[in-house]
Amino acid sequence: MMGPLLISLYVFVLAGFLGFELITKVPPTLHTPLMSGANAMSGITIVGALTLVTVASPSVSVLLGVAALILATINVVGGFLVTDRMLATFGSRK
Amino acid sequence: MIDPDVTAFLALGSIALFVVGLKRLSKVRTARSGNALMAAGMLLAVIITLVEIGLVDYRWIIGGLVIGGAIGVAIVLRAQATQMPEIVARFNGFGGASSALVALSLFWMEVVEPTGGGTAAATLGSTSAVTLVVSVLIGASTLSGSILAELKLRGTISGTPRVPLRAVVMGLLLVAGLLLGGVAVFVVDDPALAALFVIGLLVASLVVGVVLVLPIGGADMPVVISLLNSLSGLAAAAAGFALVNQLLIIAGTVVGAAGLILTQIMCVAMNRSLVNVLVGGFTGAATEHGEYGNVVSTDPESAAMVLEVAQSVIIVPGYGLAAARAQTAAHDLARALIDRGVQVRFAIHPVAGRMPGHMNVVLAEAEVPYELLVEMDEINPDFAQTDVAIVVGANDVVNPAANDTPGSPIAGMPILEVGNARRVFVIKRSLSPGYAGIKNDLFERDHTVMLYGDAKEVLGSLTTELAELP
Repeated sequence: MMGPLLISLYVFVLAGFLGFELITKVPPTLHTPLMSGANAMSGITIVGALTLVTVASPSVSVLLGVAALILATINVVGGFLVTDRMLATFGSRK
Repeated sequence: MIDPDVTAFLALGSIALFVVGLKRLSKVRTARSGNALMAAGMLLAVIITLVEIGLVDYRWIIGGLVIGGAIGVAIVLRAQATQMPEIVARFNGFGGASSALVALSLFWMEVVEPTGGGTAAATLGSTSAVTLVVSVLIGASTLSGSILAELKLRGTISGTPRVPLRAVVMGLLLVAGLLLGGVAVFVVDDPALAALFVIGLLVASLVVGVVLVLPIGGADMPVVISLLNSLSGLAAAAAGFALVNQLLIIAGTVVGAAGLILTQIMCVAMNRSLVNVLVGGFTGAATEHGEYGNVVSTDPESAAMVLEVAQSVIIVPGYGLAAARAQTAAHDLARALIDRGVQVRFAIHPVAGRMPGHMNVVLAEAEVPYELLVEMDEINPDFAQTDVAIVVGANDVVNPAANDTPGSPIAGMPILEVGNARRVFVIKRSLSPGYAGIKNDLFERDHTVMLYGDAKEVLGSLTTELAELP
């Protein structure tokens, strides 16, 4: 049975390979939207931030967590929207 | 309370949406749906997490989501098509900052605020302790690097200031940051002192980002933003290790790897190695600017008369077109020519503009039909059979020095072979060099004619003059 650290390490390495394989052939047209979409995905820290702001008291840790939550949400919401805006302009006429 | 195994199982759905979405995002036909799938995956991840944390005080959560969402929407609504690269850089900085803040919040929560004492390694376990330091280091340097990249793209900061002994400075800063972080999590068991060390780590990390981006010139900014994008993914993955959250690790690592590949693709497009880019700017031969002689210029009226008798025209857009917001004017001219039976196409260089694919985004916003946009490899052989090539605000990507001059800083970079066309019109504000800072012999050639002025105005008057011809 693997310990949690080893499982995380397996997950990390396999996810790395997955990322490399996913993005091998991309038409240059899509480089900017792809970068933008992947960037929105890196806002996944929103999940981490959510777990840190579950108490009402405004301690330093909670305030740092709230700042993390706000910035991650901007990254996620703005990132996917801006990607969609780019793609909307050339997605409609193929 | 929901069984954690159930939420962990549901998180697989989120991961599947991310992977399928990213895959679809890399194909033109499916790109938009891919982005939507990824957004759905993110929404699912948030919902799963909210279910997982159960009944808690929701005030901060709701406040953070509402404020962040509103700011994100506002930034996108206010952005112009030409500002896309800056916007991506900014969001990227926020992503990195968020990961660093998550790590800091965790540190404060588990180490600084409890009264029990003990090092972070003892409280959180050494894996979380180490990855927490890594998350702060990468996240904070991504933030400062992205801010600097955005300022450089806007032109607020220009030039490529040299940092003396940059590699050494960077190395020392990294070692200092890791040492401060290591001491903070492994050695110090006084909370206040540990906090101080972590703040030291934060400051060192912020400086690393600045030193990394400062000497890199504008032409390389796409590569830098892509690299920073990759780093913000890795920062999220590190935060995932610190929080023992597989979803964070997977999504962060996929972005990290994908960003690295994209960075590599861009370097290949410019025929430069990543190391070369990171060392900074176009160095060496870049200093020989050279004077121009024998440059011929004309006015839109005469140029329109040439266009009138042309049978095929290729428009070559560059950053100047985006900066002058001339995409609609370019499309109008293309339409006017097409109405006269001229074959018109747009030649897209992969790194024209400030980001790969930048020209596609800009032209698509002006509703230029997708099939009129032709990529470099495909259109290069056609220049020889083309009557007129109209270069709009492009410079380095059409500079024949890349093929002819072995010592040139852009030697070997694939270019659009504009010089093979029968006539070349260059719409440009002046003869000032492009980002590589070198002279362009194309402008001196016999069949090249300059049309000085703002791209939007010149294209507009070409269309007007064309309409006045019988």
